[in-house]
Parts: sequence; C-alpha cells; structure tokens
Amino acid sequence: MGEMEELRKEADNLKDQITEARKVVQDTTLQEAVAGTTLVGRVQLKTRKTLRGHLAKIYAMHWGTDTNCSKLCVSASQDGKLIVWDTLTTNKVNAIPLKSSWVMTCAYAPSGNMVACGGLDNMCSIYNLKGKDGNVKVMRELAAHTGYLSCCRFLNDSEIITSSGDCTCILWDIETGTEKTIFAGHLGDCMSLAVSPDFKMFISGACDFTAKLWDIREATCRQTFSGHESDINAIGFFPNGNAVITGSDDATCKLYDLRADQELITYQDSGIMCGVTSLAASLSGRLLLAGYDDFNVNIWDMLKAERVGVLAGHDNRVSCIGVSSDGMACCTGSWDSFLKIWN
Amino acid sequence: MFTFPLATMYFYSLTDNAGVINMDELTDVDKAKMERDQKKIEVKLERWMTSKCCTEFMEAVQAGVEEDTLVKGIAEDKNPFKELKGGCVVC
Repeated sequence: MGEMEELRKEADNLKDQITEARKVVQDTTLQEAVAGTTLVGRVQLKTRKTLRGHLAKIYAMHWGTDTNCSKLCVSASQDGKLIVWDTLTTNKVNAIPLKSSWVMTCAYAPSGNMVACGGLDNMCSIYNLKGKDGNVKVMRELAAHTGYLSCCRFLNDSEIITSSGDCTCILWDIETGTEKTIFAGHLGDCMSLAVSPDFKMFISGACDFTAKLWDIREATCRQTFSGHESDINAIGFFPNGNAVITGSDDATCKLYDLRADQELITYQDSGIMCGVTSLAASLSGRLLLAGYDDFNVNIWDMLKAERVGVLAGHDNRVSCIGVSSDGMACCTGSWDSFLKIWN
Repeated sequence: MFTFPLATMYFYSLTDNAGVINMDELTDVDKAKMERDQKKIEVKLERWMTSKCCTEFMEAVQAGVEEDTLVKGIAEDKNPFKELKGGCVVC
C-alpha cells in the first residue's frame, strides 16, 4: 500500500473511533432535554438608529467592549473606510481612510485603544485611536498570510489573531509585527474566528465545512467539529464559552458542545434556502441572531430551535451582526451601506 | 525517500519568525500526515454525556435570561437608544 493510502486508512480509522466515542456519550438530544420548556415569546425588535455614512457595501462590524466604549462600534466598508460610531448619537467618532479598500474584516481592541482591519491585501493593519496628536495612524501592518484576511480579533493591545484564505490562522505580536504562532490544519479557506470569553482558546470556521477549537498558548488544535454540508462563514462562542455556534452556506446554524465534542442541535427551516453570513448570540444565549443572504436576520430560540422573530430592514445582504457587550442592542451591517441598531 | 519526523511539530507550533506555512507548498502526503496526527490527538478526548451538557446549557440560558434586553424588551424611558428628544428648532 502506498504511503498516501496508509495515511488515509489510519485517519479514517481514527475518525471512525471518534464517531463511535461521540455516540457512546449521546444519551439524549437537546430536543428531548428541552421538551418541557416553553418557547420564548415572539421577539420584535425595532430599528432605533440607522448609521449612515458609508458609500459602499459594509463587510464587517465589531462592538467595543470596554466600559468607555460599550456603545461604540467600528465598521468596515469597501468604500475604503473604517468608521468608529457612537451608536447613541449616530456621530462618527473617527473616519479612517484605508490604503486598500478591499476590506473584509474589522475589530475593536478590548481596551478601546485600537482597531484593526484587513482583506484582499492579505494584511492586518492596526490603527492607534489614542495617538498623542489626535490623528489616527497605522501602527503596524501585519504581513505574512498568503491569502485574504477574512477575520481578526484582538486578545489585548499587544496580540491579535487573524484568519485567512490561505487556510491558516496566526497569532501576532503587534509590537514587533511578527508571527508568534501559526495554526494550520484546515483544508479550506478560514472564513471566521472567535475568541473564548476567557481568552485561552479560539475557534475557526472554514471552507472545509469544519470548525476547529484551538488552544492559544499550547498552539494545538483540540477539537474538530463536522456536520455542515458547505462553507462555514460565521462562528461564535456561546456566552459561557462551553459551546460553539456556526453559520454556513448550507443555510443552517449549528450548536456544538465542547465537552460532549458534538453537535447538540441544528437551526434550520425548510423555508430557508440561502446561506448564513453572520451570527451573534444575545447576552444570555437564549437568542441566536443570524444574518442570511436573503437580506434578513432570523432570530432563533436557541433552546427550542424555532424561529421567533425576523429583522427585516435592509435592502441588501446582511453581512455582519453583533450584540453589544451589555446585551442592550444588536447592530446589523449590510451591503446596502447602512448599519442599524435594534432592540 | 527522506522523511522529516519533526515536520508535524513544525506545522502546529511555529515561533520566533520561523517562517510562513504556505499550504500550497505542502504535499498531499504532508497534509495526510497532519490529518492523521490531528486525529490521534482528538481520539483521546474525554467526552461528557450529552445529558449533562444539555442540562448545563439550559441552566446557563435560564440564569441570564431575565437580564437579557433582547429577550425581555426594555421600557422606552430606560432605553439608551431611544429617540433623542428635546432641543429646539432654529428657523
């Protein structure tokens, strides 16, 4: 037997063992477990603010988390700008012109001191919002990926994690502008990443239809979750960090529990046939808000896996969604160039 | 054939500017080795019973739901995102 065949056979054998081990612990399904709970009441959110200012498709948005910026958010548009918004007043706090307009992601540092973005330039650019002279300037350009930057998330002011179309994720040292760790293993473009609430792990979703859980300091992949039938575009942690939520081109979202190492439930409806572009969980995790290619956001009861609301207000694809860190509002960004704040 | 027994370590943990992994440069055999080695790690995981996970999941959700604005709603006068009223019109 050739080396390839042997390796494949070994891997398949191990995969079968993993499937078996997952079955062994499956003594109930989430559907059975929640049979006695009541569906959450119909959720009707209203648009409270519309953030106008971008001149082209919005590709990403991210809320600030620090108490001084919990009502601030940053958005990235292919008009070549990053805008930091005060969502209470709809004022633009910063409008940052980018070198490359082909931006696909943006992030707000937990401290509120920096924002980052990247895209088809294959780089992650870090901007210092608190420069001495008040001007926002590029602080670092992190270059090493050989594919587009699909997502980036700060761990702190000196470290950021990026995911790329080159199938890898990288942990960077912002001060030196160099790679600390390269996380390889996905066999398709990495589309999205999310950091665990305790900042020890991160998850990535990719075009190989899997999601991977990585230990940041050990630099290892701990677990791989399959089941989706197409690219995973969006990924997030359940608020307590014990489960992962994914959204895919296969029109479904899935909930995977980290301790059981398997899917607990799928959020799907025969009437939904278009891909999921973005997702966010409400503060308690009771609601899953997911943006789809059909211009809507569907709101799911995460326990009962039924739709309990729709956010209809954009005139084009909803590309990004986020719930503020205090859970008071959700923000949607769209290819129609607007961001909306709902609660 | 010359094989690199440390090659698999290289792929999982690179530090100190060791260089970039270009997935395009990895051979099919390299990728198959990575997969096989990854599954060797994953097969050893200790897994919880799903009943325990479901119970904890439900409890976590119920614990926070009362404070969850998007679920419970918010009174107009307490909503920080309400319409900003007041001020005056200058003609």
